Amino acid sequence: MKTKRIIFIIYFFLFAPLHANENYSELSEIYKNLRCLVCQGQSVADSNSDFASTIKLVVQDQIKEGKTKEEIYDFLISKYGEWIVYQPALTKNNFLLWFLPYLVLILGGLIIFFIIRKSRHNKAN
Amino acid sequence: MKFSISKVIIFSFVFFSLFIFWQGLKKNNNYNTKRLIGSRISNFQLIEINNNTKSISEEDLKNNKFTLVNFFASWCAPCRIEHKYLVNLSNKKIKIIGINFKDKKSNANNFLKELGNPYSFVGQDFDGKISILFGVYGIPETILIDNNLTVIKKIIGPIDQIQYNEILNLIK
Amino acid sequence: MLSNIGVFLVFSVLFLSFIIIYNAYLDLKIKNKFIKKIIYNLSLFQITFTILSFFTLIIGFIYSDFSLINVYENSHTTKPFFYKIAGTWGNHEGSLLLWINILVLFSYLFLIFNFKHNKEFRLYTLIFQNILIIGFVIFLVLNSNPFSLIYPVPLEGLGLNPILQDPALAIHPPLLYIGFVGCSIYFSAALGSLLSGYGGKLFAQSIKTWVKISWCFQTLGIIVGSIWAYYELGWGGFWFWDPVENASLLPWFAITALMHSLIVLEKRNTLYFWVIILCLLTFILSVTGTFLVRSGILNSVHTFASDPSRGVYILLFLSLMIFLALSIFFAKYKKETYDFNLKSRETFILTNNWFMAFFLVTVLIGMLYPIFLDVLSNIKISVGPPFFNIVIIPFVVPLMLLMAIGPKFGWIKSQNKIFYRILFLVIGSVIINLFIFYFFGKYSLLSNLILTAAIFLILNSFLDVKKFIDKKNKTELSRIVSHLGFGLLVFFIGINHQFSLEEDFNLKVGEIKKTNNYEINFKDVEIKESKNYKAVIGNFQLTNLKNNAVEYLDPEIRIYSNPETLTYEAAIKTKISSDLYLTMSNVSRSDYYNIKFQKKPFMIWIWISALMIALGGFIQLNSKKNEV
Repeated sequence: MKTKRIIFIIYFFLFAPLHANENYSELSEIYKNLRCLVCQGQSVADSNSDFASTIKLVVQDQIKEGKTKEEIYDFLISKYGEWIVYQPALTKNNFLLWFLPYLVLILGGLIIFFIIRKSRHNKAN
Repeated sequence: MKFSISKVIIFSFVFFSLFIFWQGLKKNNNYNTKRLIGSRISNFQLIEINNNTKSISEEDLKNNKFTLVNFFASWCAPCRIEHKYLVNLSNKKIKIIGINFKDKKSNANNFLKELGNPYSFVGQDFDGKISILFGVYGIPETILIDNNLTVIKKIIGPIDQIQYNEILNLIK
Repeated sequence: MLSNIGVFLVFSVLFLSFIIIYNAYLDLKIKNKFIKKIIYNLSLFQITFTILSFFTLIIGFIYSDFSLINVYENSHTTKPFFYKIAGTWGNHEGSLLLWINILVLFSYLFLIFNFKHNKEFRLYTLIFQNILIIGFVIFLVLNSNPFSLIYPVPLEGLGLNPILQDPALAIHPPLLYIGFVGCSIYFSAALGSLLSGYGGKLFAQSIKTWVKISWCFQTLGIIVGSIWAYYELGWGGFWFWDPVENASLLPWFAITALMHSLIVLEKRNTLYFWVIILCLLTFILSVTGTFLVRSGILNSVHTFASDPSRGVYILLFLSLMIFLALSIFFAKYKKETYDFNLKSRETFILTNNWFMAFFLVTVLIGMLYPIFLDVLSNIKISVGPPFFNIVIIPFVVPLMLLMAIGPKFGWIKSQNKIFYRILFLVIGSVIINLFIFYFFGKYSLLSNLILTAAIFLILNSFLDVKKFIDKKNKTELSRIVSHLGFGLLVFFIGINHQFSLEEDFNLKVGEIKKTNNYEINFKDVEIKESKNYKAVIGNFQLTNLKNNAVEYLDPEIRIYSNPETLTYEAAIKTKISSDLYLTMSNVSRSDYYNIKFQKKPFMIWIWISALMIALGGFIQLNSKKNEV
């Protein structure tokens, strides 16, 4: 119990300078999901290129117009192709991409389940 | 080694993956939007570079059988090199719209005075936002659209002799 | 001259590999317990020549011998001494020579330190390791020779890339290679074990130390790479799920799974074939990662200059390696019987493997899917951070719960009173999390789960420390430290992600930007001429509007002349509670500068926690008993 109390106090002091950020920029999230097309593997958020700054302007305009982030992504995909967005959409092309990892997870779980069941079975004999 | 179906599956899968890797080596890594043909340009308004009251939009382009939209700037060296092809094309009965990208008005005018003006309209794009509407990410880029404003061809980089001929073929 | 020496030494190593294989093959037939002395001597010669060849290259860099193309392309007379040396392995050819050095070094060390183990097993291991060495040396000689000559000899070198001149980046490759390449030895040992039949507990003991060494250095290498990226690359992040980063993560998942499975193999003599699979898989993943990164098949911010011919060689080597491993594995595979109790430590270690396999497959699929899609249907898509985050992060929650609970269980079976303690701590964690949530800011359900699970792991670890002090079980200490480090890492990353502030805006000199929490005053711009670059330095005054604290940050834009590069140096103020991060870049053809400002809570604690994970591993390497 004493350990827990000490932990409580430490946490309290560590957090004193923190402030929650309500508007964790939706803009920031969008910039991070867009690929800078003229860079070697950087997002629009991280890039200092001309193209990145232009894209940022366009995104800002569209946010002001009230567009949702999906609409913005769709717009940019229609102009530049799926390559520009880092999060692959759930289309029939990308279905395997999203599906396979979970398939492996389930398979792994089943394997462990059967190992344990077989062990119980062996023990019972 | 005993024959079993799981071994066959695993070996085939490995072989298949390695084959894909091999094929992947041959592919060009650099992405370009040349294949984005067939999309429509819409919702734009171009303001004339020397006259803020003059502008054109999609409606105006629907009258042309074909329109060539060329993004250029005075500070862009390849733009200077390709410009002569544009001047030639302007004589071939195709409307060419020029969009001056992230440039100063005076510099653009000097550029056209020096190298010739093939454009029926020169629009301004000081902040580059118009270029995004056209799916452009670098200049020069030239886009051939039809009277429905559907993209028929994208030329990324300066126009050369081969592409010049291709354009001529397409607009016959 | 250096070229001749270097080439001679490399060919000697190649030659010695063949002789070692031949002698080992002969010695296999002699059914006694001792390996012939000549094999030891040959191995000693081999490691000596290999290290000498590496020194030869280093000397080429130190003395700027531009007759060697490699030195010409990657060095410069004005490069500082330390970076001249680091330049040796900061390029493809030199790093390949370093790979070979580590392959040979581990071959030798395994030979001499494992004298207590079965002779046939050790000889087979040696043979396979030398086959790997031969493959790499041939690749070096035919395609990536660091000793090739250039004529006429240039007067000055090309290589002064400023981004590569950084201490963290200098040590990052050697650290990582000890991980990546170190796992070659247990790849060979696994094949050796299959062919000699030397398995079970003794096999686990023979490779244990090597697995731990490669794990420690792989972990450390990844961390140092992230620290470098944060301080040097100017985007304020430390992990981008970039292909090169992912390539280093794949073997890490496998080694972690292996390390845990070895404990089970040693303690309960089961999971032998799974351990073998992991041993084979780890090095296969290393070479696959190398292939993906160096062949140019993937697009990344930190690829080496790519060259498709390299890709073909590595792919060929990889294919041969995989087919060899598969053939021997299938030839020797026998069905095992399992005896796992649900409530036992072995089962929890199985779940660790389950999660590691899931993470591994996710990262692998994320990396490979675009390639497959492109080749098969000519469509190019991007798979970036959102994919990996969405799939992986939710499962870190159950992983941490298992990491906390698992070690409480004894081998074979356990008692039920463990559950009361677990319940008690769960309630405690939930309370602490709600406290944070209520007082400091709202966040998503997932974040709640993550923080609660992390706190649970942390609390458990603290209590384990208390138990450790009572009982003084040293091997438990390393596990506690690593698991605690992991819990802290997830906790601080969670807090950091939730409470970070980011602003991206354009400003002219003299202007002030006000956000909700800060006032950023762009006071001035000054130009500084330095030895090999010109810097445009922005002077910024940041005022924290909540407590009126003032900080000064000076980000830079550096223009290097040789080679002509532009870099952006972030101004970072590291404090215990948070980092302030400011970068500036100029907007072309304008007076405006693009400013990116970030406040990142607990960054330093993220590094400390990550290093703690590695520390746990090093503690165990140091413990004399090395028993579980």
